Amino acid sequence: MLVAMTWLPWVIGIGAIVLVVLYVISIYNGLVHRQTEAENAWSQIDVQLKRRHDLIPNLVETVKGYAAHEKETLERVIQARNAAVNARGVAQLAEAENALTAALRQLMVVVEAYPDLKANENFRGLQEELTSTENRISFARQHYNDVVAQYNIALRRFPSNIIAGMFRFPPYDFFQLDAQEVAQVRQAPKVQF
Amino acid sequence: MSGLVTFRDLIAANRRKSALLVAGFCLFTTLALTGLSLGILALAAPDALAYWDWRQTLVLALVAAAISGLIAWLALYRGDKFLLFVSGARPIRKEDDPQLYNVVEEVAIAAGIPPPPVYLIDDMAMNAFATGRDPQHAAVAITRGLRQKLTRDELQGVMAHEIAHIRNYDIRLMMLLAVLIGTIAVLADVFLHMLRFAGHARSSSRREQRKSGSGSNVGVVLVMILAIILAILAPIIAQIIQLAVSRQREYLADATAVELTRNPHGILGALRKLAGDTEELEVANRGTAHMYFVNPIRKYAARGNSIFASHPPIEERIRRLEQLLI
Repeated sequence: MLVAMTWLPWVIGIGAIVLVVLYVISIYNGLVHRQTEAENAWSQIDVQLKRRHDLIPNLVETVKGYAAHEKETLERVIQARNAAVNARGVAQLAEAENALTAALRQLMVVVEAYPDLKANENFRGLQEELTSTENRISFARQHYNDVVAQYNIALRRFPSNIIAGMFRFPPYDFFQLDAQEVAQVRQAPKVQF
Repeated sequence: MSGLVTFRDLIAANRRKSALLVAGFCLFTTLALTGLSLGILALAAPDALAYWDWRQTLVLALVAAAISGLIAWLALYRGDKFLLFVSGARPIRKEDDPQLYNVVEEVAIAAGIPPPPVYLIDDMAMNAFATGRDPQHAAVAITRGLRQKLTRDELQGVMAHEIAHIRNYDIRLMMLLAVLIGTIAVLADVFLHMLRFAGHARSSSRREQRKSGSGSNVGVVLVMILAIILAILAPIIAQIIQLAVSRQREYLADATAVELTRNPHGILGALRKLAGDTEELEVANRGTAHMYFVNPIRKYAARGNSIFASHPPIEERIRRLEQLLI
């Protein structure tokens, strides 16, 4: 009886420690899961930006065949594309991609004047791909921001903030649109078929 | 997301309900199959039950448990293929319809799930559904009629609604409901036919049975009990579908579609077009109706407000989405 009583505090103590450790592990794994989600979402943005870069040479070639006078606009698109491909760092990348978006919008306005081009099946296919790519980029950004918001909330919330501090989980930045682009997106013309 | 309920909570609830459904199905079919085989035994050989042996019944029950376990496994891992097949959906490639494929991939990116394969149902009625066991094993299907009549934005709205069902694991519960409840319906049907057949057989051999004595009485009582259970069961099954389907799910998927696309006009436009559609979707039936974007059985769709409807009325869905425009 006495022997059993001396063991009891030990059992309770070890049990409590085990429970705490398990709890910490589950919070830690939850944070890792959210961080991985954020990283995946970021790489998804990269994938879609790359998709747009790959699309442009083809698009420019097709437009050139019908609208050779629009050399200036086409040059701008190619330059913006090359700048975006070579951009390094988030800030530079965001700036270059925004410039590319603007150049492409300009091109799409210009081609309105060429009915033959718009009737070209190859061009229509490319236009659909471009519309889709623009959507993909903005959806990928949107998803990244959603996931980052969840992750950043977990970093600040009790008790996960203690674990996050212990293991130095870094907060992530949102992918911001600049003010000018926000205005553009709000009134962006929808491409309809 | 609405209030305090995140989509993670929805996923947890759907997984829990799915597990409950599978457990309930296994329990029920094990009991039903055991009872059924005992009934057959009693009818086929009235004397057999005179030598009733619990070990024999145990073996029957184990076999029945194995069969229901197998059906449940098939429902979970092959149910999507089965439902796509009975709906007459065939897979299409990106080359067949680049725009449809693009739209599905776009909203999958917005929801953060892998893009599901796309199926086409060759029917001019306007409808769509999603199925599968989780976002990694899912598919979306759309009828030719809906595909042709929607603009790109409207198509995006409909696909976002279906992708919302995939992300929330609604598809798992809906698929299990369709396949498992369908299986029970078939079982019940077979049994009712057997009862009728047995009724004829018994009336013709009544004189003989009178002589053979107590053994056959046990069989008759067993069959009677099962018949009563079945009679009670049918409305309960309908009730289960009602409880699980819950029309909130459709409103929520509509709202999630707007959240994903940031464009309430897409799904609104699609619903407005669907409100005027009177074409009947031939491949749908009462067992699969709850999976679809709008109720495929038009005569039920008209009475959408009744408590037995699997879908909320389209007008009400439109009204709720319009509130988002203000």
